[in-house]
Amino acid sequence: MPDSHTPVLRTEHLTRLVGSTPLVNDVNVAVVRGEIMAICGPSGAGKSSFLRLMNRLDEPTSGTCFLDGMDYRQLAPRELRRRIGLVLQTPFLFPGTVADNLRFGPSQRSEMVPDSVVAHLLLQVGLTGFASRPVTELSGGEAQRVSVARTLANSPEILLLDEPTSALDDTAKRTVEAVIVDVVRANKLTCLIVTHDISQAARLADRAMLMRAGRLERIVAAQEITHA
Amino acid sequence: MLKHLFSSHIALGFAQAGIAAALALVVLFLARRRQIHLESEIVIALVRGITQISAVGFILLLLLKGPQWTAIIMLSVMMVVAASISSRRVKSIPGAYEVSLYGIVTGAGIVITLMTLAGVIDWAITSLIPVGSMLIANSMNSNSLALERFRSEVAGNVGQIEAALSLGASASNTVNPYVQNAFRASLIPALDNLKSLGIVWIPGLMAGMLLSGSPPIYAAIYQFVVIAMIFSASSITCLVSTTLVRKRAFSTNDQLVLRPVPATRSL
Repeated sequence: MPDSHTPVLRTEHLTRLVGSTPLVNDVNVAVVRGEIMAICGPSGAGKSSFLRLMNRLDEPTSGTCFLDGMDYRQLAPRELRRRIGLVLQTPFLFPGTVADNLRFGPSQRSEMVPDSVVAHLLLQVGLTGFASRPVTELSGGEAQRVSVARTLANSPEILLLDEPTSALDDTAKRTVEAVIVDVVRANKLTCLIVTHDISQAARLADRAMLMRAGRLERIVAAQEITHA
Repeated sequence: MLKHLFSSHIALGFAQAGIAAALALVVLFLARRRQIHLESEIVIALVRGITQISAVGFILLLLLKGPQWTAIIMLSVMMVVAASISSRRVKSIPGAYEVSLYGIVTGAGIVITLMTLAGVIDWAITSLIPVGSMLIANSMNSNSLALERFRSEVAGNVGQIEAALSLGASASNTVNPYVQNAFRASLIPALDNLKSLGIVWIPGLMAGMLLSGSPPIYAAIYQFVVIAMIFSASSITCLVSTTLVRKRAFSTNDQLVLRPVPATRSL
């Protein structure tokens, strides 16, 4: 559950236009530390576009985002992306072993990740013993859990998840959901998760942002999500 | 047979060009039967080709009587045009013209200058322009291949690139494998030419030298010299252009701006 009422992440009139089409339109939201916020809405609502702006994979055309009170444009994009980790809908693992993938992020800063840390990360996502396994031998659910562990290897403060279970069957979906809740709580992370599955949002989140046509319609508490 | 029909060289040349173009039109017809529509592009290319090369013939005729420095102007114009043609293949790459121009000027320019100073290419306009143009044209082709390959590699790996970016990788690191692939692919024709020289093909320059009475051994060795220069010019061109293009694929905030474009029918 959220451990303070101080917003760790706050958007201010966040907008992204492509041509004259608003993908994200004047979104103002504050997420408090330790909170799991679901982002829900129909296809084309701007959920993934909003998440990409958080990680600054795309540039806002107006408005901005504050991370711990600091305008995120003042941070180097690479440092911002380390602090705000993004797990994409498709895992996009790099060629090599599971351990190679877990070491990728820290290696970009010339940091070594010892075997013990790799083992701990894999333990957190329920993949103990997978370190030397080639990524080509993983199932969809395993690949997505490696993707979560790979992001955690960067020690982020905030975890962004873009429909991480949309391509998985029910069993794998439940496993990944459990992993997400466990790692978020265990690492005291703040988490934003995009989902079009209202029941999943109700299971995982403390609050949910409901988006439509790029706009934030309203924010509801967990117990109200299914009635929204 | 044609030689008996035409008394002047110019008339004979146009007649030969007409037959060669007719053969290309047969190819166009065959392509059309397979639902590949390249009519306008092939016709425009043929008309442009004969017009441009005829114009060059007439210009060369004038230049032969002018000062030698005019060759530098002509080669410079060729490089500018080559960069323009090359960049049209990859319109979706921001700054493709500048990248192509820097690549071709560096690659072809360095080789032409060094080889002329070393006496490998003769200072005479009749030698400098044809050999220089071969280096520029091949640099242009390699540059087009390199940039197109880079564009398609990036377009096909957007997910991998953004996954790496989102983990804090630098923009240039994320596209390194694709830059290497593009460089390698762009040199395949130049390398194959070098490998197959004399076995699979006897290039036009050697044939020309033989026709003009040069000793066959010298003509053969000089052909190797030209192909080796083409390889060097193409390599330097692609090294420069692939180095420059990796930055153009990203914004200053390490965001991927080079995106897949819808497929078109145009070549």
